[in-house]
Amino acid sequence: MLTLYGAQFTSRLLLGTAHYPSPECLQQAVEASGAQIVTVSLRRESARARTGQGFWALIEELGCRVLPNTAGCRSAKEAIATAKMARELFGTNWIKLEVIANDDTLQPDLFGLVEAAAALTEDGFEVLPYTTEDLSAAERLVAGGCAVLMPWAAPIGSARGLINKDALKTLRAYFPDTPLVIDAGIGTPSHAAEAMEMGYDAVLLNTAVAKAGDPVKMAQAFAKAVEAGRLAFEAGLIEPRDMASPSTPVAGTPFFKIDHAS
Amino acid sequence: MKVLLNGEPFATDAKNLDELCARLGFAEAKIATALNGSFVAAASREVTPLTDADEIEIVAPRQGG
Repeated sequence: MLTLYGAQFTSRLLLGTAHYPSPECLQQAVEASGAQIVTVSLRRESARARTGQGFWALIEELGCRVLPNTAGCRSAKEAIATAKMARELFGTNWIKLEVIANDDTLQPDLFGLVEAAAALTEDGFEVLPYTTEDLSAAERLVAGGCAVLMPWAAPIGSARGLINKDALKTLRAYFPDTPLVIDAGIGTPSHAAEAMEMGYDAVLLNTAVAKAGDPVKMAQAFAKAVEAGRLAFEAGLIEPRDMASPSTPVAGTPFFKIDHAS
Repeated sequence: MKVLLNGEPFATDAKNLDELCARLGFAEAKIATALNGSFVAAASREVTPLTDADEIEIVAPRQGG
């Protein structure tokens, strides 16, 4: 069971709602993924198009818990104001806090993130910070009140997988009791499985499903990968070794002779 | 007066933020608002006067990752 700020979920896959070829495809992919948490954003609403009103009706039909983000915010001030708008709009204290430092890498501005996380926690938010694998930033986020951490695997939308496994392992080791969610950069189900095998509590992804040739089938593939990775972690993985170790018993091998000459 | 509505110049004589939202057809809509970079709660829009050059954000739910 995945527990985030006291709420429990049977699925350990969180899914984004952007970039799907159609609203119907989004609905079907979410259902196929088994995700119980979906991420959403807020954007400027045109009086003529009223795009957000239709989208909200679609999201309500999914019946999932909604995790709003502050995507695109470039400062703590922007992120805080956006989080407050999201809280009123979506009726949740949860916020996927993003403070972006660089448009090419979409890497988090860790200084702004720590500042905004503390201020929002103080204001009653339950903050899920999109962060890097940096240990000192993680420590400051936890000290500021974050009870969940969401380090990236790789830059958003890059599909490169876990590019700094050593640091991600360190983070897991340093925070054994804090839910850790890999957020961003996952490209394949095997990436997701690997994160889960490392003991990460959940995986959040969007592009890898939404832009797949068949998003619904890919949602199923990720659901299975996340489940398989978690089962493997719970089962206990064997340690890798440098040399071979026969899996078939050596004792009783036919034609076996001890080389007495040597 | 001229304000900046969602980043675009916009002429209005709405006295407050609530009136502006209503005139735009957002009275019953699922929206949230900010004025000059700070969040304005729905309940506070009526007591939030508008002045020339105000920067107003009106947002709604959208797809996100």
